[in-house]
Amino acid sequence: MGKTLFEKIWDSHVVVEKENNPSLIYIDRHLVHEVTSPQAFEGLRINNRTVRRPNLTIATMDHNVPTTDRRLPILDQTSAIQMQTLEKNCKDFGIELFDINSPNQGIVHVIGPQLGITLPGSTIVCGDSHTSTHGAFGALAFGIGTSEVEHVLASQTLWLEKPKSFEIRVDGKRKNPHAVTAKDIILSIIKNIGTSGGTGTIVEYSGEGITDLSMEERMTVCNMSIEAGARAGLVAPDEKTFAYLRNRKYTPKNYESLVGHWRENLKTDTNAKFDKTFTLHIDNIAPQVSWGTNPGMTCDVTESVPFAEDYSNGDQSQKKAMVKALEYMDLKPGTPITEIKIDRVFIGSCTNARIEDLIEASKVIKDQKISKNVRAMVVPGSQMVKKQAEEMGIDKIFTDAKFEWREAGCSMCLGMNPDILSPGERCASTSNRNFEGRQGTGGRTHLVSPVMAAAAALEGHFVDVRQLDLN
Amino acid sequence: MEKFKKIKTIVTPLDQVNIDTDQIVPKQFLKLIQKTGFGKYLFYDWRYDENENQKKGFVLNNKKYQGSQILITGNNFGCGSSREHAVWALKDYGFSVIIAASFADIFYSNCFKNGILPIILDEKIVKKLTHEPEELEVDLENQTLSSSSKRISFEIDSHKKKILLEGLDDIAQTLQFEDRVTEYEKQSKIPSVL
Ligand code: SF4
Repeated sequence: MGKTLFEKIWDSHVVVEKENNPSLIYIDRHLVHEVTSPQAFEGLRINNRTVRRPNLTIATMDHNVPTTDRRLPILDQTSAIQMQTLEKNCKDFGIELFDINSPNQGIVHVIGPQLGITLPGSTIVCGDSHTSTHGAFGALAFGIGTSEVEHVLASQTLWLEKPKSFEIRVDGKRKNPHAVTAKDIILSIIKNIGTSGGTGTIVEYSGEGITDLSMEERMTVCNMSIEAGARAGLVAPDEKTFAYLRNRKYTPKNYESLVGHWRENLKTDTNAKFDKTFTLHIDNIAPQVSWGTNPGMTCDVTESVPFAEDYSNGDQSQKKAMVKALEYMDLKPGTPITEIKIDRVFIGSCTNARIEDLIEASKVIKDQKISKNVRAMVVPGSQMVKKQAEEMGIDKIFTDAKFEWREAGCSMCLGMNPDILSPGERCASTSNRNFEGRQGTGGRTHLVSPVMAAAAALEGHFVDVRQLDLN
Repeated sequence: MEKFKKIKTIVTPLDQVNIDTDQIVPKQFLKLIQKTGFGKYLFYDWRYDENENQKKGFVLNNKKYQGSQILITGNNFGCGSSREHAVWALKDYGFSVIIAASFADIFYSNCFKNGILPIILDEKIVKKLTHEPEELEVDLENQTLSSSSKRISFEIDSHKKKILLEGLDDIAQTLQFEDRVTEYEKQSKIPSVL
């Protein structure tokens, strides 16, 4: 029987295999950031261990860096200590670091591909669940805990039980790809399979709806695989993939010969079998808006907040969770999504803060002003994205519309830096998690695409962007 | 890591599905650079109001469950962020066993690195134990949960069981395979970054 892409990558990374036991898997790339690494380096020191392959390890600061002027001092002392700690750890253990002043700094999952560190067929880990983003390049990429970060630093390997394989086919063509985006595809998938629908699996996204996507759109889809519970999501590499990684800062010297090898090998055999499958047809899908406190609690922009009975389908725990969610979100069943008023807009995060996201959002707001009731912010995913946008004059479109234009980082995706919602504030956000308090204690998050967020900023409530002229 | 021993306490019922790690430890506490002392931040926004007073009605604030080392909860526990801080907080607070019908992957594997036993049971049994919390004895060696009235067995992967029972240092185990890793590296096609 044939093999799936995931199985091929897995098999080519097994160092030690024992029956009925986890396998020792080799890790090709290890990305490190300030929040989940300090305890790992401390563990190395306590046990007198070194980093086995500093030249496969890259670090940056993203989670709690301020997004205001980089020349200002960092006011939050605990954040400053965490950044200094990363600096010291990288220096002591010989790891390349893109610190807060580096032109390469940015959200770890945005800079990996931009710098050509992410490669097809490789294994990539990071102490961050959205490592799944890199799967867009046909890499096996997944998030790990801090103990595993320490394990990879020390040994460049991990003990893993082989996950199951899950094919998610996306069939059809979107009628208006500027209005119905990759974000809407992945939110639709999660809405359908649920937040634990992918638990224990590696998802391979396939079908015309995926191959049609640009690399950055594929990253948005793979990024949120973890929101469906999957450990990783991947897409078989194609010519778009190879073109994207050509001539980047760290693109390997023998790139073309690697491409030859990848072209031959990195695809699922036609006679391979997946453990699980799901198909989404996208011909008629609508822009999505989340109404609850997990990414599965999502509906079409044309719908209304559902009633508990309809949503839970008789499942008492689901019903209870939904009642709690609506109470937290201060929403009543039956309220049309387009009547929900917002206070804040956040365009940012490793899901949707790449250059294409900013270009698409800027088209919506060009020559207009945001609603006077809204405070809106753009936080580019990396300093490289920021620079590129500024060279194109996109920053100007945003600032003319009264958006704040910030420095790169995770920012209000998780609110570890000063960018947070106040209790009760409601935000249209391009990030990936609408958990209680995610963007600030008591804050209310609605997940949407960049164009949906931009349109909501103008109107002060959600609108169906299919009604706008976006071409 | 300490060896996992038999424990016997009342179970704390936290009846909610899809509890994410943002709730287990809110982000404002992720800035610490050590592993200890996270217990006081466990379920912080659910345990305390804005003036840091205990919220009535939240199960951890109920006297009945003080000293409990067993948490029982809904499906897909520990979803979301990979933060191991969630496991450090549960452990530091005093929990050594978490029972649910399912766990999120990263959380599940983080548990074993910190001496916490996550037990997966049938949803019906979990519901029953949640609605009638009682004192349970957890015996990992024999893979049983028992009370005065019942005895339930649970499944666990033999490798994971061994790690907990023997309190093994994962990394030391792996480093015994260093030669194999070096051999692997010689034939790997993926070039270094730098
Ligand atoms: S942008 Fe958000 S989801 Fe992405 S790495 Fe940062 S905190 Fe995590």
